[in-house]
Amino acid sequence: MRLINLHPGKRGSKILAILPFVLLFAAYLAASAARHEANPDDKLLPTLSQMAIAMRRMAFTQDMATGQFLLWSDTAASITRLIEGLSISALISFVVGISVGMVPYLKKLLVPFVAAFSMVPPLAVLPILFIIAGIGEISKVTLIVIGTAPFMMRDLILRVEEIPAAQIIKAQTLGGSSWQIALRIVVPQMLPRLIDALRLSLGPAWLYLISAEAIAAQDGLGYRIFLVRRYFAMNIIIPYVIWITLLAFLFDIALRLIQSYAFPWFAGAKSQ
Amino acid sequence: MSLIQIKDLWQIYNDRVVLENLNLSIVEKSFVSIVGPSGCGKTTLLRMLMSEVFCTRGSILFDGTNLPKEPTRERGVVFQRYSVFPHLSVLDNVLLPIELRSCRILGKILGSRRYNMKEEARTMLDHVGLLRAATLYPAQLSGGMQQRLALAQALIAKPRVLLLDEPFSALDPGTRADIHVLTNRLWEETKMTVVMVTHDISEAFRLGTRVIVLERPLADDPTKGARITHDIPVHPRTKTKTGAI
Repeated sequence: MRLINLHPGKRGSKILAILPFVLLFAAYLAASAARHEANPDDKLLPTLSQMAIAMRRMAFTQDMATGQFLLWSDTAASITRLIEGLSISALISFVVGISVGMVPYLKKLLVPFVAAFSMVPPLAVLPILFIIAGIGEISKVTLIVIGTAPFMMRDLILRVEEIPAAQIIKAQTLGGSSWQIALRIVVPQMLPRLIDALRLSLGPAWLYLISAEAIAAQDGLGYRIFLVRRYFAMNIIIPYVIWITLLAFLFDIALRLIQSYAFPWFAGAKSQ
Repeated sequence: MSLIQIKDLWQIYNDRVVLENLNLSIVEKSFVSIVGPSGCGKTTLLRMLMSEVFCTRGSILFDGTNLPKEPTRERGVVFQRYSVFPHLSVLDNVLLPIELRSCRILGKILGSRRYNMKEEARTMLDHVGLLRAATLYPAQLSGGMQQRLALAQALIAKPRVLLLDEPFSALDPGTRADIHVLTNRLWEETKMTVVMVTHDISEAFRLGTRVIVLERPLADDPTKGARITHDIPVHPRTKTKTGAI
């Protein structure tokens, strides 16, 4: 049999999927054990128990300065910013994307501008945001918006253009006005595609969030990581990174579930 | 009385003459089949009738006045593909034209009025044999069922003329025969004017009351466009005969 025709079974597939995680975990444990044998005070690769102790402190002990449980207050702060940023970004992109995709005049007016704007490196704009909006919440949320909206907008414009011309003609022959066609034909077909765009934007959104928090914040997951870095607190940084990864993963799954439950027609229509 | 009148129509794309000096008048309640080899411009002609493309010279009159510059409710269409809306169930697809007409702002009706409209839509679905599929989405239907749905959707909007663009070309022969019977029945019941473009000559004769053949005199000469080479009336008697075979 050729290699390209060999398929693992059901159990085999599961084992294969888990394998890289197990290998990485084992490699870490081995490396950590080796370093601690050479130097019991090693901070670079903390043992599992060191990380567990640190995280128990972060999650279940009140911080003396602020009176908060840091892991949870950091998580709440970061997720609030992320959701605010992505919601604003999704809303703007949806409205602009559909209008521009449908109306030829708007397309001529805005497509070159959006294309140019999306080339601006968002992090390079961050100092401008700090100067204009201060170092509060607004500039962090704005950074996420600037970082993700142009991509989502361009994506939605393309998706609207992908609607077969026959469909739009048909809607007109059924008596639909521009507004009705937008509302009944284009918007419902674009909602699941907006979720696709959102899923793709999650990565960049986290990137901008953590960057903004690293530079100026009083709380947040990114803030914490960059704060404890000064003390080489790998026992906090590594669990935080895993926690952030897990959150991003859960966001992605949630969006995928919403898509398949709210738009049952979408999977079938996409495959046609 | 002629519903559509095409006068001295020319269509030229980048120095290539597609249609040359076409004259055609289509009377109300007729079923006109337009046949011709691929690339002869028959689909272009149909697209002009639905105001998707525009002629270079000449004019098209619809009910005595110039054809509107954009698609309208008077001219319903069924395409070969993408004729129904993938995000709406079968029932909602047929309900849509009624809703668009009844509510200019939302294009959606709620409450008891919706109930009556649903009845109207169900009757139409029953008519084309799709009542049992009412809750399915188009992607769950076969090609033949999708085209039945497209016909139902176009008819419920009550257009004055129905434009069919190779509507059955993608279907397998058995399904096609079934849908021919359906199309014939619907046309006889509604007595609607139909213009159908097809490359299937037997289909053209089986369904049409008149067959127009469109052909380029020389296939590779860009200066000579397609013209009407044959205009054949189909008598009902021969029609039933071919229908029987």
